[in-house]
Amino acid sequence: MMKGIEQEISRDRRAFIKKVLGGTIAGSLLLVIPAGAMELDRIPEQIPGMRKEKGPFITGRKFAFIVDITRCIGCGSCCVADKNEYKVPDGNYRTWVERYVIDDHDNVYVDSPNGGLDGYQEPRRDLPHPVRDTFFVPKLCNMCEHPSCVQVCPVGATFQTEDGFVLIDYKRCVGCGYCVQACPYSVRFINPETKTADKCTWCYHRVRKGLLPACVNVCPVQARKFGDLNDHESEVYKILHQPHVISVLKPDMGNKPSLHYVGLRREVV
Amino acid sequence: MSPEHGAAVATALTNYVFPNDLHVHWSLMIVLYPYITGIVAGAFIVSSLYHVFHIKSLKPVSRYALVFALAFLAFATAPLLNHLGHPERAMNMMLTPSPTSAMAGFGYIYSAYAVVLILEILFIYRPTLVALKKKARGGMKLLYGILTMGSDNLSPEALRVDHKITAFLAAIGIPMACTLHGYVGFIFGGVKANPMWATPLMPVIFLLSASVSGIAGIILSYVVIRRYTNKPIDMDCVRTLIKFLWGCFILDFVFEMLELFSHAYMATHHWEALRDLYLGPLYWSFIVAQVGIFSVIPFIALGILSLVKLSDRFVMKWGSVLSAMILIQVLLMRWNVVIGGQLMSKSERGHAVFHPGFFTKEGIVVSIIIMTLPVVFLWLLSKVFPFWLDDDPAVERQSA
Repeated sequence: MMKGIEQEISRDRRAFIKKVLGGTIAGSLLLVIPAGAMELDRIPEQIPGMRKEKGPFITGRKFAFIVDITRCIGCGSCCVADKNEYKVPDGNYRTWVERYVIDDHDNVYVDSPNGGLDGYQEPRRDLPHPVRDTFFVPKLCNMCEHPSCVQVCPVGATFQTEDGFVLIDYKRCVGCGYCVQACPYSVRFINPETKTADKCTWCYHRVRKGLLPACVNVCPVQARKFGDLNDHESEVYKILHQPHVISVLKPDMGNKPSLHYVGLRREVV
Repeated sequence: MSPEHGAAVATALTNYVFPNDLHVHWSLMIVLYPYITGIVAGAFIVSSLYHVFHIKSLKPVSRYALVFALAFLAFATAPLLNHLGHPERAMNMMLTPSPTSAMAGFGYIYSAYAVVLILEILFIYRPTLVALKKKARGGMKLLYGILTMGSDNLSPEALRVDHKITAFLAAIGIPMACTLHGYVGFIFGGVKANPMWATPLMPVIFLLSASVSGIAGIILSYVVIRRYTNKPIDMDCVRTLIKFLWGCFILDFVFEMLELFSHAYMATHHWEALRDLYLGPLYWSFIVAQVGIFSVIPFIALGILSLVKLSDRFVMKWGSVLSAMILIQVLLMRWNVVIGGQLMSKSERGHAVFHPGFFTKEGIVVSIIIMTLPVVFLWLLSKVFPFWLDDDPAVERQSA
């Protein structure tokens, strides 16, 4: 009798282990197989109408990116998503999050250890005076209407698409670094692996497939927003057409960024 | 905590550099590039002073200056190619240039200038090359045959045509030399994102410093080569060169200081970051070395050499020393502009640090090799183009 029960249990164990193993393998395969291999239609379209677009470039749209400083909590999820999406080499940043701290003597302290990739889990304890205010500022490509990088690129490897994206042709870039010098926002770097210029693309490859940029997708507090300004139902259109405190970085540079900040403070450079 | 100490702590704590600004992408190679092109432009101007402006006392170095310019011109692109991430795509700059890029024109300006310089040398040296061809054998005869462009005609009429061509080339060579180096200054001066570079004075300063580095290079190498080969030194020529060096350096140094003064006087929101840069990371290389030692001393000493009656030996010795100091001054200026400009983060809240590697791809050893190559090439050129009139088999024919 006892033996019978033990056999039953061990058979159940085997079945259990088989099921777990099977599930694990199937789950792993789902992770390994790239999303593109599956039917894209099964992933809901995040930017309305994008999948009907034909041709190499998106037409009739004007994309904008909005960062809401009043929402960002400095968790660093966006940085992690970005690093995973592009395998960004360590020490280089397509996006990063800065922490601003202002003390009661009006000193401004800014830091961004590891580009905020690890999140800001501890407050700064090294400051001499009591803190008056603190906030986080995510940074990424400003996708300027008048981009300095496109202007200075000697071979036209950095170019502007009709829909306002500033992109890099990695097969044409000579790696001279002039664009790195010219970008007022320091969003560019020379990728040590490809030896070409590199920077944030607002996830053009995802947008083209109707998906939001990776960083927008993962932000847990919706501090990053992306959309089409020609779509009057889009959130970005509504934000930019409502009475918010909105500004861009370094407006006096004359680059006219398409990256807007809600609640931007004068201390932010 | 004392208020001063508190302020110092606050300054140290506020040092914030954008994460991507921690890398200094334009390294020693981009320091050498304007240095070499500057020497080229300056040396050409020395030659033109004789050939176009007829400063007779510069005749002894008039041809040498052209060959000297060619030796450096040949290696002006070496640091650039070593710096590019994809040097195999370098020709894209000339094949598919972007018309809006301040950098895209360099290939054309450089090539056009190279053509003018080479033609100028070939026409000026033609009587010499014809005479040498007659004496030469084997490979050298073939080489001289190519360099004389197949013409042995030294009739007075042919020489008159030669002279017209060289005068024309020298005349268009001056604006081209000025364009070449003024343009190199604009590559930096046109970067609006960098408040240290973005000044209309940048091309002017680059051009003036190019002139002084070229003249100083000619003085130093002329004296050294002539002494080393036990040949007499034309002191009238050296004294004239020193006067030109002093004159150009007055303008150069004054404009360099005016640029700094303008930043300080206007004191825009950039000034705080710039001041911290000059007084911080650039204190030794700019304030102490470039300005204090290698500008103020030659500025005064060159004036004394130019105005006071001194012995030939003294002028020759100190003229060479001061020329060497000027060459160092210009190299320091290139360093402080190229590297210094990148040390200031575009956050305008902090400075990065840069220490050149020794054996790295763009490090100190490679830089020394690149700066040695023009000197070696100059020695090779001396085997083909006699630098001095007293070595020239055609000189009697010319003067006759």
